[in-house]
Amino acid sequence: MIKVNNLIKKFNSFTAVDDISFRVKKESIFAFLGPNGAGKSTTIKMLVTLLKPTKGQLSINGFDVLKESVKVRNSFGIVFQDYSLDDELTAYENMYFHSVVYGLPAGERKPKIDKLLELVDLSDRRKNLVKKFSGGMKRRLEIARGLLHEPDVLFLDEPTLGLDPQTRNHIWDYIKELNKEKGLTVFFTTHYMEEAERYADEIAIIDHGKIVARGTLESLKSKTKTNNLEEAFLSLTGYDIRDENAGSIERMRLQRKKWKR
Amino acid sequence: MEKIKHEIATIYILWLRQIKRHLRSKPRLLMSIFQPILFLVAFGFGFKNIYAQAGQGNYINFLAPGIVVMSVVFSAMFNGIGLITDKQFGFLKETLVAPISRFSIIFGRTLGGATVAAIQGILVFLVTFLVGFKLASFSGLFSAFLFMFLIALFFTALGTSLATFFTDTQAFPLIINLIVMPVFFLSGALFPLEGLPKGFAWLLKLNPLTYGVDGFRGSLIGEFHQAINFDFLVLGVSVLLVLVLGSWLFGRVEN
Repeated sequence: MIKVNNLIKKFNSFTAVDDISFRVKKESIFAFLGPNGAGKSTTIKMLVTLLKPTKGQLSINGFDVLKESVKVRNSFGIVFQDYSLDDELTAYENMYFHSVVYGLPAGERKPKIDKLLELVDLSDRRKNLVKKFSGGMKRRLEIARGLLHEPDVLFLDEPTLGLDPQTRNHIWDYIKELNKEKGLTVFFTTHYMEEAERYADEIAIIDHGKIVARGTLESLKSKTKTNNLEEAFLSLTGYDIRDENAGSIERMRLQRKKWKR
Repeated sequence: MEKIKHEIATIYILWLRQIKRHLRSKPRLLMSIFQPILFLVAFGFGFKNIYAQAGQGNYINFLAPGIVVMSVVFSAMFNGIGLITDKQFGFLKETLVAPISRFSIIFGRTLGGATVAAIQGILVFLVTFLVGFKLASFSGLFSAFLFMFLIALFFTALGTSLATFFTDTQAFPLIINLIVMPVFFLSGALFPLEGLPKGFAWLLKLNPLTYGVDGFRGSLIGEFHQAINFDFLVLGVSVLLVLVLGSWLFGRVEN
């Protein structure tokens, strides 16, 4: 469903993604893990046409991400790391906006929106402004919105960040169900290792822009001779604490230091 | 055909979104009327007698259209802030990954923002009657509103273009003032263009707003500085140029 070949992304001299390749099977759940600043979000941004790669090939659903961007955009839904709803609109208006920009036929909009709001238990809040929603409700709405145009792949960039365990389980139950019943392919990143352990069919670990390991949970554990994913993750990526995503200004500062030497 | 219908629907929903957001923010609505009224009262009554003594007639009648234009220019430019907050709150990403062209996104936004600014202008225009503004004829209203909308389009597109360079809302209002103040003061909104020092007159001739003000005011009070067709031509071309500039800049936005 997703194919990535020799993908490279450089920001000036900083290489955020360094020649990675992987495949995600149709109807599978794929976990993309890595410490902060490893290149997870950059990779997702390139897959969802927000960022152009420096080099490499990407395809989703058989469509070339760089050349057939409209078909690619129709093939995936996404829940970004940060909220991406319009706070000043209601839940229903946010959904309706999405249905129009994704070209859903006018007659199908309302029934589909109603069904999805039902699915994420937000039917009774449909007329409320999103700014009154809790974090968990926003997330659920975003997932419903991401599914509105019936994509084949759903990207989830740290979808459960900052949510309580109840909401996290709730959200994962929906996702698992959609994966089983509709054959939805799911690509997600997370810092909660137990989420990957519990739900992912396959796991890839990225660090410093390179994929350091890939496979099923069992194969990762046996490869690193560890008992659980957290230990495997730490043994592969080390114990150093990483800085939060270095912004472009930070990168320039690093460069300036290099020149001064 | 299907594709065109989709893009038009997109432009419409983006337009509608701008309107809804604006109407839901009551304080913004009120504040943007308050400032122009202050200008109108202070300048209008302050200079009224001097203007009349100089043999120019009714200053309120001259000034009111200029103040309406001022309110349009400010609210149009401030639409840029909407783009910055959309960047901050992530909503921009939702539109950027959708299967629609970048041009439709920026065009829908700009049309919506311009409509909001024009509504603002109409509200201020209605208030000017309370201060004593007198319309020359009703027939000029149509072309007056056309000029008003073109001015709104021009400054919405300009504000949105500038906003593509910003990621926080703190610095943006300062930049807006830096640009809007000279553009407004050098447009003939406050004083007649006749008999100005030569170099100064040239500055005004290079300002697209000068033609917008002249077209708008002329339509309302029946006295033009240039021919109305010329006003329309210069302003229209300026609008097209800034729209092209805006969509080009917007195409470069990466998240």
